[in-house]
Amino acid sequence: MPYIPHTPNEVEEMLRVIGAESIDDLFDEIPQELRIDLEKSTGLNPIPLGKSEMAVQRQLSEKAMLDGTPLCFAGGGAYEHHIPAALWELATRGEFYSAYTPYQAEASQGTLQVIYEFQSMIANLTAMDVSNASLYDGASGLAEAVLMAVRANRKAKSKRILMPESVSPVYRQVVETIVKNQGITLELIAIDQTTGTINREHAQQQLHNDAAFAALVIPQPNYFGSLEEVHQLTDWAYKQGALVIAQVNPTALALLAAPGNWGENGADIAVGEAQPLGIPLSSGGPYIGFIACKQKLVRQLPGRIVGRTVDLDDKPGFTLTLQAREQHIRRSKATSNICTNQGLLATAVTLYLSFLGTDGLQKVAASCVANTQKLIALLEKSPEIKFPFGKTVFHEFVVQLDVSVDSVLERLAEEDIVGGINLSQQQVASQSVDANKNQLLICVTETKTEEELRFFSETLIAICSEISSLSNSEGELS
Amino acid sequence: MSKRIIEQNAETLIFELSDQNRRSSSLAPDIDINDACNNLPEHLQRKKKLQLPQVGELQVVRHYTRLSQKNFSIDTHFYPLGSCTMKYNPRVCNTQAQLAGFTSRHPMAHSSMSQGVMSCMFDLQNMLMEATGMKQVSLTPMAGAQGEFAGIAMIRAYHDHNKELQPDKEPERSEIIVPDAAHGTNPATAVMSGYKVKEIPTNDQGDIDIDALEKMIGPQTAGIMLTNPSTLGVFERKIKLIADMIHKAGGLLYYDGANLNAILGKVKPGDMGFDVIHMNLHKTFSTPHGGGGPGSGPIGVSERLQPFVPVPIVGRNEQGYYWITEKQLPLSIGRLSAWMGNVGILLRAYIYALLLGRNGMVRVADFATLNANYLLKRLMEADFEMAFPERRASNEFILTLRKEAKEYGTTAMDFAKRLLDYGYHAPTTYFPLLVPECFLIEPTETESRDDLDAFVETLIKIRDEAEQSPNLLKDAPFELPVRRLDDVKAARELDLNFYYSKC
Repeated sequence: MPYIPHTPNEVEEMLRVIGAESIDDLFDEIPQELRIDLEKSTGLNPIPLGKSEMAVQRQLSEKAMLDGTPLCFAGGGAYEHHIPAALWELATRGEFYSAYTPYQAEASQGTLQVIYEFQSMIANLTAMDVSNASLYDGASGLAEAVLMAVRANRKAKSKRILMPESVSPVYRQVVETIVKNQGITLELIAIDQTTGTINREHAQQQLHNDAAFAALVIPQPNYFGSLEEVHQLTDWAYKQGALVIAQVNPTALALLAAPGNWGENGADIAVGEAQPLGIPLSSGGPYIGFIACKQKLVRQLPGRIVGRTVDLDDKPGFTLTLQAREQHIRRSKATSNICTNQGLLATAVTLYLSFLGTDGLQKVAASCVANTQKLIALLEKSPEIKFPFGKTVFHEFVVQLDVSVDSVLERLAEEDIVGGINLSQQQVASQSVDANKNQLLICVTETKTEEELRFFSETLIAICSEISSLSNSEGELS
Repeated sequence: MSKRIIEQNAETLIFELSDQNRRSSSLAPDIDINDACNNLPEHLQRKKKLQLPQVGELQVVRHYTRLSQKNFSIDTHFYPLGSCTMKYNPRVCNTQAQLAGFTSRHPMAHSSMSQGVMSCMFDLQNMLMEATGMKQVSLTPMAGAQGEFAGIAMIRAYHDHNKELQPDKEPERSEIIVPDAAHGTNPATAVMSGYKVKEIPTNDQGDIDIDALEKMIGPQTAGIMLTNPSTLGVFERKIKLIADMIHKAGGLLYYDGANLNAILGKVKPGDMGFDVIHMNLHKTFSTPHGGGGPGSGPIGVSERLQPFVPVPIVGRNEQGYYWITEKQLPLSIGRLSAWMGNVGILLRAYIYALLLGRNGMVRVADFATLNANYLLKRLMEADFEMAFPERRASNEFILTLRKEAKEYGTTAMDFAKRLLDYGYHAPTTYFPLLVPECFLIEPTETESRDDLDAFVETLIKIRDEAEQSPNLLKDAPFELPVRRLDDVKAARELDLNFYYSKC
């Protein structure tokens, strides 16, 4: 039997010890009328019978082949980067893969030390004092940061959060889902239509006659790839008595100012998606959120935290700490209902940053910037492609087309290219982006060669003019 | 005890192996960093030195391989951690989920390039619906606790919607009822959805105190959160009565799927009267625990909660598979992750479900229950005390070491630490909180009888040690990379970041 080692003799002997006639007798406390009865219902019958490993492998290979490995220029929170070959070989070692939460510290020193190293790396990358052991993903991480800011900013006594429209729309939706039943309101700040960054005049207007707000979220780079004026914004929020939540891309932090160094005081909480650090795109998950903060806020951090300490012999060791914040101790008074972190992904991120090092991560980031500028230069040649928010970006940028982005993406898909993200479709509830604007968000990382950049730009330009001439001739016909 | 030839030394931190002048990596592109930086505004560039480790590739591999060897895991040790279902994670689930077609798919890829993975998700939704007897499944919650959150948020959305439709008839529902033995996530979740928590006591047989429940239910009741079989390792026999009582008051029932392993193919939560459930795929469907995550906590709902499920889910029509989003489900509680949850983990669960099939699923419950009841009986024969000796075990059961604590001064934690010395991961200790000095033991179906027998012999041996030389327990473990750790120092003199004192 698959994964069950019992022999018929053993089963018989075990039942004898228990004093039961059959395995079915062991379920005799379940009321009979609740039991699955194949005479009255189909039970599990719609589920197929078990298959051999070979048959399942064949079935899955066919499905995976169906989706192929297209050329990908989409980002928007999920980024394709090279993953060192050794990384997942190590991360999926049984000792990492099939261990559980390190409650028994003495039997989990491997996982615990990895997490301590992870925390140190995230804190260093963000220039914050402390990091937790990770969260589910960047989007739910931002929700946890919002909850944390409301708890931590006791002076403001406010449940208002200023949320710019330059934060990913899906992130905003996730935050809304998670915080809305706790009386927290997200007040949108519009973006400046020429830069794609936070409109500071609108932020000022959102103050509503000086009513306090708990925190300002600042994305860097923002959803459109543009760079926010993080120093000025941080200083402005600080003057209003608000905390600053920095929502950052970890690859970009190799070259961009770290949240801890924003403005005069630094951001208070840094949060983001660590998927770019060694996690495959994998349809959006499992990913890994990170959250780091100033030392004085450490008791408001959600989730697991690992600390270094000593054992009975004064030998250094690691253990889960500050557990008094967590649900298994505090129950209804916990800082969050979070029970786990993303242990395996935290292991992968730690491995990635160890393999790459400072120099390697900087080179990956630099290569993203350089390749992005190369593609921009290629696309600039076409008069039909415009850059509404400029070209000062990290590794993503917005282009405006004369034709429907949906049809362009569909045609690109036929060429086995994931061409980017249709912004007009995404910004359902947005005040800023007009649905008719035909805006496409494109991402370029270090994984693209010169040939691929040329191929993509030529294909994109050709498809645009093809669609445009097609619709023109249709116009003439009608 | 034998003396070690090589004393286990602490593994240095990766940072201590680093030299910022080392350049040995072939893993990054060859590029002039300063050139590229010219494209970024000077004042927005990083000024603070980055201090990631600069270490050779072999040294990194060796460091983390050595660290992995300091872990207990299912692949290396019997891991009877109650409530966590630490069963074998078939390797094929991992290798197939890592096929390039799956790992390289961008979440925003056009659905015409995504039919493979979408068909897997559609099939998984259906299999989970059949296995649990629910009308719709959403795969998006990224962990059990997020599934719980989704469940209670849906209950709230349902009541809020009713209140909107009938403002005069529908009462203000402000309370969620939770058993005193529940997982800590249950009350924490109810609070996140803006509810007050009412704790309901359990009787001496491990069932819910029906009289107390009667008094607690009223028009203010939004719902109840139950695990069945419960966290006490027994089946709640009056579940149908409880469901009727809650429904009569207009409340809804939430099912915590922590113990689904015990009843797969035997009884469906939908048939017990539950309106919403979450499943822990990292338990019942054997996806990896990964040292604490990633989890995966899909939810299933009855008809009345169908409009509120979190999005996206996968649908199918003549053209193929497509995304169902807020557009088709305007009453949805919304999104819980940027895309559709932990797809890579969902794939592993899907592969496991295909391998088992319906026949294999029933066997899971059969043998998980057989192993638990056998272990319980063997331990009883060896004069260990059970919390509920009259009851059948589900997939797990509770042993109490209060007698040993009183006679020998050795606590459940001391037994747990000594078990580590003998190569067993400790069972869950001190949970549920209402049983003193307890072990919650869950052997799972993938353990052999011989391994169960050896575990019994070891516990007997440790009890002998407790009687004769209790310090062997109190000072344990001796054989692990570290001895007991100073938790007080860890919390008082916080050291969470290697660089913090060195910045």
